Amino acid sequence: MELFDPGSVLGADPGEAVVHFLGTWGIRMLLLSLMVSSVRRLTGKAHIIRYRRMIGLFAFAYLCSHFLAYLGFLVQFDWSLFLEDFTERPYITAGLAALLMLIPLALTSTTGWQRRLRRNWQKLHRLVYGAALLGLLHAIWQTREGFGEVVLYSVVLAFLLGERIWYTLSLRRTG
Amino acid sequence: MLIRKPDDIRSSEITPESVYRSRREFVKDLAIGGGLLATAGFSHSALAVSGQQMAQAALQPGDDLTPERIATSYNNFYEFGMDKADPAQHAHTMSTQPWEVMVSGEAAKTGKFDLSDIIKGLSVEERIYRFRCVEAWSMVIPWSGIEMKSVLEQFEPNGNAQYVEFTTLERPSEMRGQRSLFSGIDWPYIEGLRMDEAYHPLTLMATGLYGKDLPNQNGAPWRLMVPWKYGFKSVKSIVKIHFTARQPKNTWNVLAPNEYGFYGNVNPAVAHPRWSQASERRLPSSLLNQNRIPTLPFNGYADQVASLYAGMDLRRNF
Ligand code: HEM
Repeated sequence: MELFDPGSVLGADPGEAVVHFLGTWGIRMLLLSLMVSSVRRLTGKAHIIRYRRMIGLFAFAYLCSHFLAYLGFLVQFDWSLFLEDFTERPYITAGLAALLMLIPLALTSTTGWQRRLRRNWQKLHRLVYGAALLGLLHAIWQTREGFGEVVLYSVVLAFLLGERIWYTLSLRRTG
Repeated sequence: MLIRKPDDIRSSEITPESVYRSRREFVKDLAIGGGLLATAGFSHSALAVSGQQMAQAALQPGDDLTPERIATSYNNFYEFGMDKADPAQHAHTMSTQPWEVMVSGEAAKTGKFDLSDIIKGLSVEERIYRFRCVEAWSMVIPWSGIEMKSVLEQFEPNGNAQYVEFTTLERPSEMRGQRSLFSGIDWPYIEGLRMDEAYHPLTLMATGLYGKDLPNQNGAPWRLMVPWKYGFKSVKSIVKIHFTARQPKNTWNVLAPNEYGFYGNVNPAVAHPRWSQASERRLPSSLLNQNRIPTLPFNGYADQVASLYAGMDLRRNF
């Protein structure tokens, strides 16, 4: 049971290490999922769209685990602690809002729902931009020093959003 | 190493990790050590209670020593990176020999001194202190060090010296964190104390831990150790001591004035925007047990230090 011992292989503060790991990879996956359609447009490689759903679901799995690890390992299901975090720490509120926005996206990620919702599916899935922005805010608010990571994420997200705006405008111009 | 070791630390006291399991015996040893120091003629000026006794009186029942491996592998020393494992991994690049200290400001004796000359002849004591980080984790660490008062007095600070400012080494070639492009900190790292805080018997210049010389990652060759304040006050690898009439602009206060004050006294009643300070996680924790314990005012040293702040609004002077 070395994994569950104090100061185990995961370090002095294993709960924090797990939450941190899952959060970091969660946001990376989320950004990666947003990258797929941009890369497709920029390179013309249409087939890569196949991977978008899988990457998005990976992001969702990481971030759900991130939240559950926070609940289980950090606040240890002490609901008063959770309530205090939720009401007094904006970075937690932002993280939760972001995660809530991802839930309907995960639920409607199947081809069946895609068909059923038609044009509304695209509209609904624009929620991902809100989730990405709030998730990024969540990470920025926690960073007190060493801004390299959040600067990188911000630049990537700004590029991906910019590419979409540019693409939409160019459609209008030609259409 | 140029740091003098206390003669009375027996090699059996050089602490293997297992010692934290037998803290009781360790404390007993220390009590004997303290007694020896006292009979050897070392006295803390006119104080009835020595810093050693204060430190011991303030220990709480659950204060088992943190394993040495944890205390030397998990800490913040942003000069070497943001991650808590970074200092242990990268601090070996810092050379600590020779170590010169610049003393300046409101004092009779100023100039450049070799650290070994500053601490020559001063008593090194072992003190077990609780260490509380503003990030709401804590440890219990056996430091060895010299009471700050006896260090500072030799420079003969004058009546204008209301505060003392300490500066960490700035040497980007050896400190990778100082080379980072995305750092918000304006190096070097600066901290300070009011003179009466600096002269309090609990305030140490630490030169070691667990009976060994201070490892680089913990602030070699010497660092401040003020047990009733959050860890960010206890500045590491000190190269400048400046006596001044004005309150020093400490690094974190400059970076985020609404989150970090000048005083940094441990106070469960004043939350940091990111962390509640009402409780702390005593490390090492495990996945199944966060080891959460209530945080005490002044980190449990209120009996010893609260009088320093009599009449001050501690909510405003956080
Ligand atoms: C889309 C949703 C979310 C994203 C993208 C996300 C992302 C991240 C990232 C990138 C970090 C690391 C920040 C850093 O230190 O650099 C992080 C840390 C953290 N997150 Fe989230 N998060 C999300 C949701 C949540 C939720 C719902 C909670 C809890 C209610 C939460 C609690 C935390 C905590 C406590 C940490 C700090 C861990 C530590 O001390 O290192 N997050 N998150």
